[in-house]
Amino acid sequence: MEYKFSKNKEIFFLGIRDGIPIALGYFAVSFSLGIMATKSGLSPFQGLIASFLNNASAGEYAGFSMIAVSSTYIEIAVITLIANARYLLMSIAMSQRIRKDTPLHHIFIIAHMLTDEVFAVSIARPGDINPYYTFGVMLVASPAWSFGTFFGAIAGNILPVRLVSAFSVALYGMFIAIIVPAAKSDKIILTLVIISFSLSYIFSFKFFHISEGIKTILLTVIISALGAIFFPLKNGVADE
Amino acid sequence: MNKWIYIFIMFAVTYMIRVLPLTLIRKKIKNTFIRSFLYYVPYVTLSVMTFPAILNATMSKSAALVSFIVGIIAAWFGANLFKVALLCCSLVLIIEYFIV
Repeated sequence: MEYKFSKNKEIFFLGIRDGIPIALGYFAVSFSLGIMATKSGLSPFQGLIASFLNNASAGEYAGFSMIAVSSTYIEIAVITLIANARYLLMSIAMSQRIRKDTPLHHIFIIAHMLTDEVFAVSIARPGDINPYYTFGVMLVASPAWSFGTFFGAIAGNILPVRLVSAFSVALYGMFIAIIVPAAKSDKIILTLVIISFSLSYIFSFKFFHISEGIKTILLTVIISALGAIFFPLKNGVADE
Repeated sequence: MNKWIYIFIMFAVTYMIRVLPLTLIRKKIKNTFIRSFLYYVPYVTLSVMTFPAILNATMSKSAALVSFIVGIIAAWFGANLFKVALLCCSLVLIIEYFIV
């Protein structure tokens, strides 16, 4: 499948259209991320820049929680790597759909916003990836994500405590909405999720003296590795 | 510790994760262990980060626990990302209105 340059404009606007619902969801979630950025000691402007540069809910959440406890630079690098490891998988999947003659600077731009949602709509298009479609999605989704964090960080200081408390669970709600459908359709993932909840709970007891960040890294690597050893994928299963 | 350096490290790591496979990989990965590991990582890490952390995010632990459980049930029956997030927030707001 080749894309014709005369069609790029049309496909770009298609991307903008598909980006609108994504942008609405982003705004709500990154709003709660902004509240968290303030709690971690970042300014609204730093929150805006962090969101513009990172485009990663779980990754930013993990990063902010490390900033809150003044972690070392190495720790924040490792936790970001772990929290965003799934993008490695998505990037690998997408690499199989990039046309050889796609200009490198197009790939550099797409990579900047390879999120769950942008990946999902881009990969769902027939044939090879047309960068202009993804550009259209990014054009509406990126400002929503960045400014959601900015307004969340500002409003976190103004809003009543009750509302801040309620908004704080939006991010977890989003995580749940990613985990549960996968667990429903795959019994192995369901098992791993239950094990993850349980061990995460047990290792949060003061008795163990391990930080939230280290706990996340260790449990993720150990549980996923055990999953890969005992329940290796049959060919084709991971080709999303 | 400088906040801007933290933000830059987060950016550098995240961007490398996204750009390297996209620019370097031209063939399919065959190793079953690596593929399985990469496949499970997102769900495991999100699970570990969600519970019990959600219980400490709100004023009342029980409000958070209810929104956690109801959120799971709603997602199980097909509610999308936006709806689940909204439902969880509303539940916390309503429950805390009565008990805090």
